[in-house]
Amino acid sequence: MTAGTMPAHMSAMEPASRVPVWRRLLRSRSGLVGLILTGVVVVAALMAMLQLTPFDPVSQRPVDRFSSPNLTYLFGTDQFGRDIFSRVAAGAGTSLLVAIVAVAVASLVGTAAGVVAGYFGPPVSPPVLGVANVLFAFPPLLLALALASALTRTWFTVAIAIAIVYVPIFIRVSRGPVLALREADFVRASRVLGFTTARILFRHVVPNITAVIIVQVTLAMSWAVLTEASLSFVGLGTPPPAPALGSMVLDAKSMVTSAWWTMVAPGAMIIVFVVGLNLLGDGLRDALDPRYDADR
Amino acid sequence: MTDQRVRRRGRRLARRLVEIGLTLVGVAVLVFVTLRVIPGDQITASLGTEAGDLTSAQLDALRAYYGIDEPLVNQFTGWLGSVLTGNLGVSQGSGQSVLDMTLSALPITLELAVIATAIGLVIGIPLALLSASRPNSLRDAAAQTVGLAGLAIPSFLLGSLLIAYVSKWFRYNPNSLGFARLQEDPSLNLQQMLFPALVLGFGLAAPIMRTARSSLLEVQSQDFVRTAHGKGVAPGRIRTRHVLRAALIPIVTMTGIQFGYLLGGAIVVEQIFSVPGLGRQVLLGLQQKEYAVVQSTVLVIALLFVLVNLVTDQLYRVVDPRVRAA
Repeated sequence: MTAGTMPAHMSAMEPASRVPVWRRLLRSRSGLVGLILTGVVVVAALMAMLQLTPFDPVSQRPVDRFSSPNLTYLFGTDQFGRDIFSRVAAGAGTSLLVAIVAVAVASLVGTAAGVVAGYFGPPVSPPVLGVANVLFAFPPLLLALALASALTRTWFTVAIAIAIVYVPIFIRVSRGPVLALREADFVRASRVLGFTTARILFRHVVPNITAVIIVQVTLAMSWAVLTEASLSFVGLGTPPPAPALGSMVLDAKSMVTSAWWTMVAPGAMIIVFVVGLNLLGDGLRDALDPRYDADR
Repeated sequence: MTDQRVRRRGRRLARRLVEIGLTLVGVAVLVFVTLRVIPGDQITASLGTEAGDLTSAQLDALRAYYGIDEPLVNQFTGWLGSVLTGNLGVSQGSGQSVLDMTLSALPITLELAVIATAIGLVIGIPLALLSASRPNSLRDAAAQTVGLAGLAIPSFLLGSLLIAYVSKWFRYNPNSLGFARLQEDPSLNLQQMLFPALVLGFGLAAPIMRTARSSLLEVQSQDFVRTAHGKGVAPGRIRTRHVLRAALIPIVTMTGIQFGYLLGGAIVVEQIFSVPGLGRQVLLGLQQKEYAVVQSTVLVIALLFVLVNLVTDQLYRVVDPRVRAA
């Protein structure tokens, strides 16, 4: 989104906004599919959080080890006879929790910093952009890895590590449009009318960047899910015995050729989650941006 | 006129370099602070539970020996000073200098990154051309599905599956043999690079394809393309010579960024396929709490990453004469 397109974007808002956003989201194919796939993961995660899974995800039943999928164990069991269905649901819960907390922190901190830097310019912006540049100077996974290993490992510190990596992206995404909005006629008018800065920011500037931020949130969630899984795959994620999708794939690596189901379930869960979030992001972008036609 | 332009370019580059210098100082501070927070110090890491048997005097002596009894600021300036003079520290475990380790790992990581990027471009660009040639058609949907798969299938999953099934079905696993360097055994080396590069390249194809597709779609609707059609230029030629050429900038940016990620971000894939590159050096260092190794390697990776981005920016000028004129 560039400065030049902003006014056209907002004047085009009127006819399109008669249809509520969620209706337009459901009407787009990617939005609908994305919503369904993400919904599947959320339901599984909620099952685990409310302890509604058929088995305890960490309890071992050696008699039933390496059962292939059947009616009792829907996705089979692993080398300790643990129910993979319950474990995958619990892993989805961990993923979801980490992703939500990480993205909530990153989007709040990053957007606040980006809006302030964009609206006030120097002397506020150079330190903000400097910090963003430093964080941008690392390949993201490397930074998450280093940060996650610096803290005592819990799901929360993993989430914070991922959040720190994503803060500069939210700074960048929110600052750009704010630079343009600062000079927009209606914001200038608000200043002339003597509105307080807080009112201008919260009532006039921030509402105009929510669409961009919401789309970025879904993409950030999908990246957070992948990063959490990668961290637990290399043994630096949520510590055992809590099931994590990445460490389940790692365990399955040595047994997949004799017990394929040990890798299929956690792998599929990650893919469904990431695909769902990406499609949801595409659908939201189309639904929130009136310049796109629903059937494009 | 040209003189003025050269001077302006020189000033712009100088400003970028100052900015980069400041960023790298920030990077060094962040790396240093992060690693000093890691629970447990180097002594407990190298001696394990036996560290508990040491008297406090012995502990103090060891701390003094490793220099971790000094104030943090002194430790930091000392470390930065020696890094700037080319001394990256020594690995406690192997006694090797981190500079030697890094110099031996760097070409491996670079080789892997170059091959993976090539594979990413070879998959990503044709897919984008295919999908942009008829938007919203079946072939567009198919190409986009491949792109989404590249985005959503984690590299560790693809890598684990590849290594497990190829060695089961074909009894072929070059990565289980000791790693061969390109100059020692080129044939074995390339075989060992094949699977990790394929996994990374597949993941790389997705962002390249998505960026290229939207860039192509935008350029396609411009007047000069219609003019070319009107002049009767062959559609295939328009697509590659006119449209792709004009759509290159975002593609170059995305490829540059992704290439930079590979220099330190190939951690997981290097780990799965036992490729002794920079990523694996960091991971091993983290696991063994080797401050010196991790600090210096991460700093080197960040430096490379920033340099790659600088080079990418300069590439715009080569790719697009419009930027050169501006």
